Amino acid sequence: MKYVHKCARLHRREGRNGRPGVDGTPHAILFMTTLISATVLVTVAAFLILGSLQAFSTIGLMEMLGGTLWSPTSYGDQAFGLLPLMAGTFLVSLLASLIAIPIGLGCTIYLAEIAHPKVRLVMKPAIELLAGIPSVVYGLFAMLILQRWVAQVFDLPTGYVALNGGVILAIMMIPIMVSLAEDAISAVPKELREASYALGATRWETMRSVILPASMSGIAAAIILSIMRAVGETMAVLMAFNQMPLLTLDPFSGVQTMTATIAIEMGEAAAGGLHHSALFAVGVVLFIITLAMNSIANWIMGRYSEAYG
Amino acid sequence: MSIFSRNARERIYFTMFRLCGGLVVLTLLMIVSYMIAGSLPVLDLSFLTEPPRGANTRGGILTPMIGTIHLMAIVFVFAVPVGVLTSVYLSEYQRKGWTSWFWNMIISNLAGVPSIVYGLLGLALFVGFIGLGRSLLASGLTLGILALPIVISASREAIAAVPRSVREASIALGATKWQTIWHHVLPYALPGILTGVILAMSRAAGETAPILLTGAAFYMSSMPDSLFSQFMALPYHIYAVATQTMAGMNGSPMVYGSALVLLALVIGMNLFAIIVRKRYQERYRW
Repeated sequence: MKYVHKCARLHRREGRNGRPGVDGTPHAILFMTTLISATVLVTVAAFLILGSLQAFSTIGLMEMLGGTLWSPTSYGDQAFGLLPLMAGTFLVSLLASLIAIPIGLGCTIYLAEIAHPKVRLVMKPAIELLAGIPSVVYGLFAMLILQRWVAQVFDLPTGYVALNGGVILAIMMIPIMVSLAEDAISAVPKELREASYALGATRWETMRSVILPASMSGIAAAIILSIMRAVGETMAVLMAFNQMPLLTLDPFSGVQTMTATIAIEMGEAAAGGLHHSALFAVGVVLFIITLAMNSIANWIMGRYSEAYG
Repeated sequence: MSIFSRNARERIYFTMFRLCGGLVVLTLLMIVSYMIAGSLPVLDLSFLTEPPRGANTRGGILTPMIGTIHLMAIVFVFAVPVGVLTSVYLSEYQRKGWTSWFWNMIISNLAGVPSIVYGLLGLALFVGFIGLGRSLLASGLTLGILALPIVISASREAIAAVPRSVREASIALGATKWQTIWHHVLPYALPGILTGVILAMSRAAGETAPILLTGAAFYMSSMPDSLFSQFMALPYHIYAVATQTMAGMNGSPMVYGSALVLLALVIGMNLFAIIVRKRYQERYRW
């Protein structure tokens, strides 16, 4: 690359057919568009923080993050504690992870190691398609069909409970986890596998003691990224259970996630008001959580590409 | 020692993994077949060509479909040129160093930001600050920003896959850098870029949360007449009918039908992207 850059720079300086700076204009235009996308992308953070300033300064950062009551509409006695919302997001993501991680990993191993190449050829794109289904369709499925099953299996009066959200989020997490983790397993060099077979290990022993440890960081990153999808999901959660900002970890109760809070309450919050600003504060917290998870995944992934780059 | 022999243990584990794989495929089939079965009563051409009537309880889904097509057009016009040009700059002109590290970080992080947060951004920036109001343009631009990281990372990957020898040959023959990019790098990278663009558009078509905050309407009797009017869109239509009408809550064919059409649209675009990518992998093997 360096060589090409050098050539191009030399060329630019001397000009072509005596016309100096032939290449200057595209460079400038490209730089401008990059600047546009940079501005646009940095704006996300700036506008979120601007919007939330009022809430953070009026209510106080600690009172918001540590507050145990979210009751934005009651007059005189408004409370903007984020803990119930964070607990809601935590509960449904936890339930989803408990279901999705074992099934997702099993499916990954099947796809990477056991499936016949022809099955694999069809199944890999099918799982990508599953990842592309819009969340509102998953939400509809949870609301109309899954909910009845949950109510029946656990003998509940209504299926609109946190567990229903956990199940539908698990269904949404699995395809992402599988396609990322499968990439990690396929990236393990062939030599490791062959060495293990040569020592007399069975396919499962090779899998468990050689392939999985070698691709562990890629699999860990896949799991984190899929949990991130569950944390950030709005529509499926919104439609899967009754939204109630309770501070509870009971899977058979309604809860309210951070994402759903923004979606439901933004319509009723007057622009410029405290509630409006508090919802932006919820957005800031959500933004920071996903940023942190993404950075962790990237860091793990970076270490892994160093190992077998 | 375990009571099972090594081979028996392998068989037990592998059966478990097979079941997991089967379960995932079964889920996909189940969701699609429930959508098809639920929508059978309304499944004909008039469902696509008639606007909704009677507060979304009768008629078709023409108005929401037109809205979704408008949104996709705005996303295309905004996100594709900006995204592709940015990725050309980043992969061909940007030198290695802390700035390129900075770009990588921004793009990878923004791809993971929840869509509702993009909705908040659109509400603050386009609806409020720029003053577009709750409108087609505000929603389209919000979705455009959401699609931008997807377009950029796919295009960068496609451009990076073009071997250096192609660039060096072109430069050795006296082409300028831009001529090299335009005539040699971009044509080879085009299928990869196209795949990314289609995936980004399908993502934008299926997103509900951002347009919920920036301008989608529950019901409109007419088509949007300008970029500044409110609009109906397919994903929001599904949510609205399912949660705010009695029939929808009980699973009317109207709501299943809308979901099936959206599913067909998105899966169709994704399939197309997969086919383009596969063709391209077969054609250029460096």
